[in-house]
Amino acid sequence: MAERTVSHLKKGEKGIIKSFSDKVMSLKLLEMGCLPGSEVRLDFIAPFGDPICINVGGNYSLSLRLNEASVIILE
Amino acid sequence: MKSENIKIALVGNPNAGKSTLFNALTGLRQKTGNFPGVTVEKKSGTFSLKGTQGEKSREVTLVDLPGTYSIYPKSKDETVVMDILANPKHPDFPAAIIVVADASNLMRNLLLFTEINDLGIPAVLALNMLDVASSMNLTVNAVQLAMQLNVPVVRINARTGEGMANLQDAVRQVIDQTDKHPLPCFYETTHAERGLIEEVKHEHGLDNDYLALQYVCQHDNFSFVPVAQRVKLDGLIEKHQFDENAFLANETIQRYKKIKPIVEKAVKAEGISEQPYWTRKLDAILLHPFWGYVTFLLVLMVVFQAIFAWASYPMDMIDAGTAATIEWVKGVLPEGILNDLITDGILAGIGGIIIFIPQIAILFGLVSILEESGYMARVMVIMDKLMRKFGLNGRSVVPLISGVACAVPAIMTTRSISSRYERLLTIMVTPLMSCSARLPIFAILIALVVPDEKVLGFFNLQGLVLLGLYLLGLVGALLSAWLLSLFLERKEPGYFMLEMPSYKLPRWGHVGFTMLESVKSFVFQAGKVIMAISIILWVLASYGPGDKMENAEAQVTEQMKAQPQEEIDAAVASVRLENSYAGSFGRFIEPAIKPLGYDWKMGIALLASFAAREVFVGTMATIYSISGDSEDVLTVKERLLQEKNPDTGGPMYTPAVCYSLLVFYVFAMMCMSTIAVVYRETHGWKWPMIQLAYLTVLAYVSALAVYQLMS
Repeated sequence: MAERTVSHLKKGEKGIIKSFSDKVMSLKLLEMGCLPGSEVRLDFIAPFGDPICINVGGNYSLSLRLNEASVIILE
Repeated sequence: MKSENIKIALVGNPNAGKSTLFNALTGLRQKTGNFPGVTVEKKSGTFSLKGTQGEKSREVTLVDLPGTYSIYPKSKDETVVMDILANPKHPDFPAAIIVVADASNLMRNLLLFTEINDLGIPAVLALNMLDVASSMNLTVNAVQLAMQLNVPVVRINARTGEGMANLQDAVRQVIDQTDKHPLPCFYETTHAERGLIEEVKHEHGLDNDYLALQYVCQHDNFSFVPVAQRVKLDGLIEKHQFDENAFLANETIQRYKKIKPIVEKAVKAEGISEQPYWTRKLDAILLHPFWGYVTFLLVLMVVFQAIFAWASYPMDMIDAGTAATIEWVKGVLPEGILNDLITDGILAGIGGIIIFIPQIAILFGLVSILEESGYMARVMVIMDKLMRKFGLNGRSVVPLISGVACAVPAIMTTRSISSRYERLLTIMVTPLMSCSARLPIFAILIALVVPDEKVLGFFNLQGLVLLGLYLLGLVGALLSAWLLSLFLERKEPGYFMLEMPSYKLPRWGHVGFTMLESVKSFVFQAGKVIMAISIILWVLASYGPGDKMENAEAQVTEQMKAQPQEEIDAAVASVRLENSYAGSFGRFIEPAIKPLGYDWKMGIALLASFAAREVFVGTMATIYSISGDSEDVLTVKERLLQEKNPDTGGPMYTPAVCYSLLVFYVFAMMCMSTIAVVYRETHGWKWPMIQLAYLTVLAYVSALAVYQLMS
């Protein structure tokens, strides 16, 4: 079974970051504060379903495209 | 020894309040320019650092570096940060760095701080946004942080100016430190990296391990490292089998491991931390699939209402004022060449410049409010999917919207788009957004053919036509991007990833400052061009090859002997212009523009506006005031209304001609500065030339179609 990623979250649903599936992208995400172990919550889905806005660790809100979100694997 | 010119650099995450702090420290003593060697906009300013008792205060220069999440650049403008910090010989290399951190998200903000710390440059940590942190139920202990990080930590509020004295004390303390033994590094190099580090340190005369690693990872971005040495570094990487990606991931994870306990000790959370209430409420509307677009459209409409309807009052006053001044000067000065040069050349030119001021000020003010409030980031989100369909990026919205003010700064803002492909496409189509220089052309032509009526009791019909022209430009930009994307090969995937700042009230002082700066740079930079062209044009229109002008004048006077003096004067003026250098030029290109419905007089204005579009109206003013009756001074609009078509006898400016001109100016790439900035940003003539060619063809064909269909 495919792993659950941030792109599978429904609006308002929460998850805990486990790891990343893409090396280059993981560095960007880490630098922007998406750390393994942090809680993420899907806050908004832009019109046409993409990009999405997630809240990271209750601290701040990050918007990213679905293909970027699918790199973040959840526990 | 205290050096004469102390440089301090300001670094920090985007949205951490870096530029607010910059403004708080330097006030109005700032200037914008470029970093040497690169075309990244540089903001620097000075402030005086007060000395302790008995000491004199010192002037220090504060350099604002682009906002970044780490020292590893993700977009073009971020490369400048390390280009300076890794090069002690750089003129902007700082004696100390102020790292601005958003206290409400300390963990992430400290990542950049630890990287800077490891470079060995003395640093001060400025804790900003403590009010946001406390509204999120977070309390930050600055003393605890300072103890653990081994650097001065200062609590500030950049918006209110709180803590500036303490920050200055801390800065003075670190630059006056006599024993500059390096602080312990957060990143501990691994055994496997040692050999490579030692070789790089030896090769480049470095004494900092982490800096040596930066030479390894980032040398392609270092403008100060010659190509031969870059090749050598690549050889060393090969020799030691250094895996850059593995190193980067490992480094960042190691840093966070060290930061985590520090943050846990210094930050106490009580209750649930959550984004500010208003930000969540507003996002629910502004990011809504339906209401999000409705609000965006409303915002755009207000912007256009402002630059067309509201700006028209001061503009009418300026227009009338210019006409009155010219009339007054004409009467005061003795008649002759000097009088003509001053009134028809110089004053008409100045009038053409200052008339733009209200619109430019309003436009830049509104764009700055949208950016400051945090709304622009939301617009990028709701537009990203749409933009991607055309090969662009949600971030392209900012250049496209700024393009409505001026394409030159707009093209410079494309540097925040990390994908080269999406950036190039954005650059190629940004000039299609109707810039403020086209506004006066639109304004005058619309005023000629569109009645000044209200639609639905609120919207001004002229304003709606103007909105239509802007939309035409937008549609043209999107379609061109899509067409270009078919021919351009995409090498890497585009990124979007964008932090959503919380909503803030704009800092009005800063908005005012932006307006002032934009007007100033317009008047002094664009103004110079317009002025020079006005004078050249006056000369070209007042003198002709050989005695052609005199002969023609004599002929007309001879033919019209019986007519009243006024009519002879008008005919003479007209025939003189026709036989001047400018007239001959216009005549020469007339066959090419005749199918579009233009005559040789418009041809002159068209050619002159190749330097800058805003020259068009000024040129028209000059041409028609030369050919017109010099006794009474009319506004440009009145002159155009009076102009007769010699073939039909009807008015020259028919709706067909006006709409054809309007469409021509929507599409045409008539701006030297834009060509120059595209050349600079794409490093070559290839793209600006392709751009010039496709836009000229597009403009000509569309104008031709409009004229032929309407007449």
